[in-house]
Amino acid sequence: MTFLIQQTLIYAVPLMIVALAGVFAERSGIINLALEGIMIFGAFAGVLFVNLTQQAGVFDAAKANDNYLALQGFMLLAMLVAAILGALFSLLLSFASVNLKADQTIGGTALNLMAPALVLFFIRIVANQNTLQMYTGDAASWFMIKKSMFGYGRNDDMGFFGSTFIDKTYLATYICIILFVVLSILLYKTRFGLRLRSCGENPQAADSLGINVYKMRYAGTTISGALAGMGGFVYALTTANCASTGEVAGFGFLALAVMIFGNWKPLNIAGAALLFGLFKCIAASYTSIDINGDGVFLLAQLGISPHIYRMLPYLVTLVVLAFTSKKSRAPKAEGIPYDKGKR
Amino acid sequence: MKEKLSILWGKDGTKSVLASLISIVIGMAVGALIVVLVGLLNPSMGLGTMWEGVRLVFGGLFSTGRDAAGQLTFGFNPTNIGNMLFRATPLILTGLSVAVAYKTGLFNIGAPGQYLMGTAATLILALSIPTETVPAPLVWVIAFAGGSLAGAVWGCIPGLVKAFLNINEVLACIMTNWIAANLVTWMFDRGSLFENLQNTVENTKTAYIYKTSFNGVETSKMGLDLIFPNSQVNGGILIAIVIAILMYILMNKTTLGYELKACGANRHAARYAGISDKRNIVLSMAIAGALSGAAASLYYLAGNTEFFWSTYQSLPATGFNGIPVALLAVCNPIGVIFTGCFMSMLDIVGLQLTNLTAYNEYITDVIISIIVYLSAFSLVIKLAISGSHRKHRKAAEPAPVSTAPPDGGDGTPEKGGEQA
Repeated sequence: MTFLIQQTLIYAVPLMIVALAGVFAERSGIINLALEGIMIFGAFAGVLFVNLTQQAGVFDAAKANDNYLALQGFMLLAMLVAAILGALFSLLLSFASVNLKADQTIGGTALNLMAPALVLFFIRIVANQNTLQMYTGDAASWFMIKKSMFGYGRNDDMGFFGSTFIDKTYLATYICIILFVVLSILLYKTRFGLRLRSCGENPQAADSLGINVYKMRYAGTTISGALAGMGGFVYALTTANCASTGEVAGFGFLALAVMIFGNWKPLNIAGAALLFGLFKCIAASYTSIDINGDGVFLLAQLGISPHIYRMLPYLVTLVVLAFTSKKSRAPKAEGIPYDKGKR
Repeated sequence: MKEKLSILWGKDGTKSVLASLISIVIGMAVGALIVVLVGLLNPSMGLGTMWEGVRLVFGGLFSTGRDAAGQLTFGFNPTNIGNMLFRATPLILTGLSVAVAYKTGLFNIGAPGQYLMGTAATLILALSIPTETVPAPLVWVIAFAGGSLAGAVWGCIPGLVKAFLNINEVLACIMTNWIAANLVTWMFDRGSLFENLQNTVENTKTAYIYKTSFNGVETSKMGLDLIFPNSQVNGGILIAIVIAILMYILMNKTTLGYELKACGANRHAARYAGISDKRNIVLSMAIAGALSGAAASLYYLAGNTEFFWSTYQSLPATGFNGIPVALLAVCNPIGVIFTGCFMSMLDIVGLQLTNLTAYNEYITDVIISIIVYLSAFSLVIKLAISGSHRKHRKAAEPAPVSTAPPDGGDGTPEKGGEQA
């Protein structure tokens, strides 16, 4: 059970935060199809930062002395770098769709094509192979929270809560959850959030009340880019051992599906993300899931082809969308370039 | 009036060609710029490599390797051009696939999945039907038809859920892509139905399927190998061109094409005019899927191409590259022939860069993505042109628009023509 919860969280949290990224863009009126590309770019930026900092030996002393606080700070810095570069990358989309009134679907597709191409081009030049990894060590030894940090011995039991939510987890996961809550409040309970949402529903009315629609759309897309970039790095850190390979296995698109399934509302999105996280977790590690802890690996013993488990997240998405999309209500003005003269 | 219109139409065509050319030039210039920047920042490369990289970005198609002194040489290289035509074959067809769907207002990002399903069906048919009893050309035709059909079925799915359940086709396409990727891997995996098609003769290669030439099935060269010796080119390119022309006729000269475009222009208006929008959405996606499937068939029936069956982690780039091919051609089926060749030329450039310099082929993907990014505006520019043109007409003759349904009927094909 502990394993199942931890693994589900590992997959659900990047989905959740990237889906929220989608919400910020779409609520301001921009379809952000580029989530996938921005995730790839953010993951690359974060991993490159980790790699270069390790090469420079900045945190070697902290690692040698087991100074966990410094190492967690290092990880937070990497997340910040990924977020900043993700935001910068997303400016390409906002510039095209706000200033040039371009087709947002094509703009997003262009970014989705551009990110892996750029990333692989640079990875090949930097690392001379198709993967960029950490310079030394692995993600677990550098960034994972372990019970030894809290003075527990190797054989000590932390209890169910401790061993599930503290031991062998990443701080990044919890930072993302906190950010998710804070930003949801920002979107619904502040003046800024209300203005942002109004630009996605009726930009003309918003403009007539003195809100700068262009600025709000830039803000929405930039927040979106920052969150997606960070989500990409968190995904690479927690599931891919802090390596960048120029792809995130369709997570950005899955996040889009989560967003639509969650009806553009944060609480629903959190639930949807957990559901998809569960299926992703089953697909990735069905052989080692021991549901009730009796040493029987039920899913592996069912004798179902692993390909079915791998297909499951996508099949479930399609089926769930089939049931929910009739009711779904997208922001009214999304995808329509704002034209001041139009009524 | 009619003359005026035809002049405008011609002007519009020239404008789209110009817009595409500008996108290409800017894209390649940015690609060259990145090559220069990397060369400047990377001390191990030096200025010589940088200059070679830039020259290859623009003239890689005519590269003939290095001479004895280690200098790059350029000239007419029939092998490169033949290979370019061979690689253009599937790109033209996936480009057509995206273009046809786009005309119906659908963004077919599902071409990779349709391509994969086409691949699987083609290979299974071409390799399992014994050529001792059935003549090889007939097997070829069956495999080609089967591949197209499989693609059509796979394309139908996003069409159906879009038409009847209102699911965004982009999302449905992406999901079907990944489902196809897993499904195809499953079909050929150990212990599965078609395990026996795994290539066990050339045991240096794992996870590959037999070439279709093992069963004696391959596309006829149609004499093209005499013009372009030592290259992979075959009759597939001619078939692709014929299909492109057929699609042009279908979209611009038939009732079906008119209905599809009407749905693309305004789904609700089309329904109001008595066109079944749901049927047309499904049909358009089926045609698009069939084209992607045909792309896969022509590529793998060449007899000298191999399929890596363990595809569940990545989707075929040929499918995605149909998007830039179509957008660059402004979704004109005839234009797709040329942009398909251009994209495959970039492919060759990438190969030359990897083989001859320290740079790698991904720079060409960067160039492609920049071109797509620019084409996002070029569509808008064209929209602005047609918008001002329409306003102009309204101002010139304040004829009552509301009186005449035939006038409205006149208006729509014009619009379709402008977009073409």
